[in-house]
Amino acid sequence: MKRITLTILLIFLVLSGCTDTSRKNKVGEEVNFYEEVLPNGLKVFTIKDTNAPLSVFQIWYDAGSIHEQIGKTGVSHLLEHMMFKGTPKYGPKTFSKTIKRAGGIDNAGTSKDFVYYYQKLAPDRLHLSIEMEADRMRNLIMDPEETMSERDVVMEERRTRYDDDPQNLVYEEVISTAFKNHPYGRPVIGWMEDLKTITRDDLWKYYRSRYVPNNAFIIVAGNIDINSIMGMIRKEFGPIPKGPELEKLNIEEPVQRGERRVYVKKEAELPYVISAYKAPNILNEDSFALDVLAGVLSGGKSARIYKSLIDEQRIALSAGAGYSNFNKYQHLFYLYGTALPGKTIEAVEEALYDEVEKIKEEPPLEKEVQKAKNQIEADFIMNQDSIFYRAMIIAEFELIRDWKLKDEYLEGIRNVTAEDVKRVAKKYIDEDKRTVGTLIPIKKQQ
Amino acid sequence: MKKTESVKIFLIALIINCALLIISSSSHALDVKRKVLDNGLTLLIVERHNLPVVKVSVGINAGSLHEPEEKAGLANLTAGLLAEGTKSRTSRQISEEIEFVGGSVGASGGDDYVNASFSVLKKDVELGFELLADIILNPVFPEDELDKKRERIKAGLKSQEEDPGFVASKNFKKAIFGLHPYGRLLTGTAETLDRITGDDLRNFHAKYYSPNNSVMAVVGDITAEEVEKLIEQYFGLWKKNDLETPVRPLIKDLKEKKTLTIDKELTQATIIMGHIGVNRGHTDYYKLSVMNYILGGGGFASRLMQNIREDKGLVYSIHSYFAADRYGGHFQVSLQTKNESANQAIEEVLKEIDRIRSTPVTDMDLSDAKSFLTGSFPMRIETSSRIARFLVAVEYFGLGAEYIDNYPGFINSVTKEDVINAAKKYLHPENFILVVVADQEKAALKKELSINNDQ
Repeated sequence: MKRITLTILLIFLVLSGCTDTSRKNKVGEEVNFYEEVLPNGLKVFTIKDTNAPLSVFQIWYDAGSIHEQIGKTGVSHLLEHMMFKGTPKYGPKTFSKTIKRAGGIDNAGTSKDFVYYYQKLAPDRLHLSIEMEADRMRNLIMDPEETMSERDVVMEERRTRYDDDPQNLVYEEVISTAFKNHPYGRPVIGWMEDLKTITRDDLWKYYRSRYVPNNAFIIVAGNIDINSIMGMIRKEFGPIPKGPELEKLNIEEPVQRGERRVYVKKEAELPYVISAYKAPNILNEDSFALDVLAGVLSGGKSARIYKSLIDEQRIALSAGAGYSNFNKYQHLFYLYGTALPGKTIEAVEEALYDEVEKIKEEPPLEKEVQKAKNQIEADFIMNQDSIFYRAMIIAEFELIRDWKLKDEYLEGIRNVTAEDVKRVAKKYIDEDKRTVGTLIPIKKQQ
Repeated sequence: MKKTESVKIFLIALIINCALLIISSSSHALDVKRKVLDNGLTLLIVERHNLPVVKVSVGINAGSLHEPEEKAGLANLTAGLLAEGTKSRTSRQISEEIEFVGGSVGASGGDDYVNASFSVLKKDVELGFELLADIILNPVFPEDELDKKRERIKAGLKSQEEDPGFVASKNFKKAIFGLHPYGRLLTGTAETLDRITGDDLRNFHAKYYSPNNSVMAVVGDITAEEVEKLIEQYFGLWKKNDLETPVRPLIKDLKEKKTLTIDKELTQATIIMGHIGVNRGHTDYYKLSVMNYILGGGGFASRLMQNIREDKGLVYSIHSYFAADRYGGHFQVSLQTKNESANQAIEEVLKEIDRIRSTPVTDMDLSDAKSFLTGSFPMRIETSSRIARFLVAVEYFGLGAEYIDNYPGFINSVTKEDVINAAKKYLHPENFILVVVADQEKAALKKELSINNDQ
């Protein structure tokens, strides 16, 4: 789907992990990496891989929803939509058409931390990306009528993704309850009530302040000629003036002193529960062990949650654990499950906690730990087949701090011990620090 | 090992008929080695040494087309239980072994064919072949695994009732395909699932899971010689079988206008409208591809998106497509819009269908469609997994070894006349099934849209 809200997608992306370039390519193949910062502050990363059949252009802005004001949730994402509406130079609504005409595809995504735009194209057509992305960084038309019409589109998107999807509604409630102060609590897509009041001016101010070269970076990857690509980038993006330095967000979440519970009553078939615990991102040493913990609990059919809840006890239709470690600030580790018909959601919730309790008492077997590590590593290698994903890895580390951290990631995973897994389970999966959301299915009111 | 042919396939043979751009063509060779083994297995190999990874996909002609209506779900259940116990391994042992190396092995059902596959790092390729062969050749379908799987499929069906898209699609397909397997849920229903026994699964497996009924694609960091050795070692006992063609009900084009409404507490109406289309081998398939790209297949380049999302702000997502399977297919437009604008959105869809049937598309429409369809082809075969699945499909549908070479020609030969003629012939605004899953009071469908309304 076009213009994806990345919140949910990211949770899946991050589970697979990332690491060093050395294992990606065999000897004899030409892979070059080049990095440059233009005088206006725009960072550019280029990866040349002669094996890649395609190329990808991505531009990432530090303009995710965490930067929104109270009462204006959804501005970042609506602006992302407006970026496709045209500039004086190319005319209205031509961006995607031009890319498609060149045999490419384009899209964008907004998350709490960032907004990104990308095109996948044959390498000899990358000039289109470079020219048009440079143009829309500065020269959006943002016609007032168009803006209101696109606001309607986003409201439809919200209805599809949240208002008519009971499990996503629970997720949204849990996040907003878990974070009282940190803007992670607010939905990327925006509350419906806020969407109704967003104006063209709100978007314009946001666009002007955050869509500046010093608040963005570019990644180009594929079978490209780095010199010629850099030449085009310097020519098109170079003249764009640097914007004022933007303040770094510095908001702490107050300490949670006891479990929080929320319920969603909605027409649905099966009850569902999600239990979320605050957990650090990859900048924290503990994140590696939390990653492995997620694998031990839920890395496939041989992992503990599937074995116990689905296969042996037969109480859940689906159940698992997840850890969003690729956020800029501390985010969540969570457990979730959908009850089988006739089983209670309380039993599912209890059984999920039991699995964590067992690990708190007794570290997992060496074999389980090794399996989780092998899965993280194999996923990482397999994902390299997509040039898009390879660019994305660079971006995710760069967003959090520095793309070079990716080279330390697998090493961190490899060093995790069974004792570490037990220790982080005790430290973070603490009942007083969790927020639990439950879906209570009801029948349609006549 | 007879009939070795090496097919050199070049990608992106791009034709340039675009006024705005000068598109040069680059080419990437995809070297496919094709063989039909003595036991009848069609083997396709592509060596790709960019990563230490091997992906294998086996298409087995054992989809739901072959199951009796009263045991709907049998084919899917057979596929789903392959990895749940073999003569020498329990379900648990299989998942332990493959998950320990970070790989995956398994099978999933389909209408036309089953896809059995594995994915491993190069160092674990022996294990991949060993497990894949074991689940295809030696599954035992244990009773307790059958019970568990059946229970979960039933619960899954219940859970999917929460998804308006699923509810709409289920009702739509049933309405257009009637009793044909294409009109059923792959999973079957709670009722048909209860009729399926372990013996049914074993018989279905014995009958259809044979090498002369299968295509295997191996893609990745492995040589053809290695592949052949591994196949001999692990699939050596896979024996040819006499195949019978099952009798299937014909797909009848109902040629009637009918509306199905399903009432739920929703903020949006989920709408599917459409009718019978063509099968994959149909000579007009490529004309329809081009026509549909312009109508509703081309995302932001399509008319449905342009009109109903971009101009009117009524939807987030809207698209149309011709789904073409081996023995038939269908056309559908799907969209979601707030309950209150259901009527307007449907009317706009009908206007666009009418327009493409009555007015020739522009030169620009046509050239844009062609340049996307031909130019974006390499994306369909970007990764080893994609290549493996693609090769199986090309073989199953009989598209020919030169398909990648020929595809641009198929697309580029389509004319404006072809587009309007295809639209006239294959779009039926007078006779279509309309499914609306919504809060019906708020959607308040107009009378003329509620013909033959089945609530």
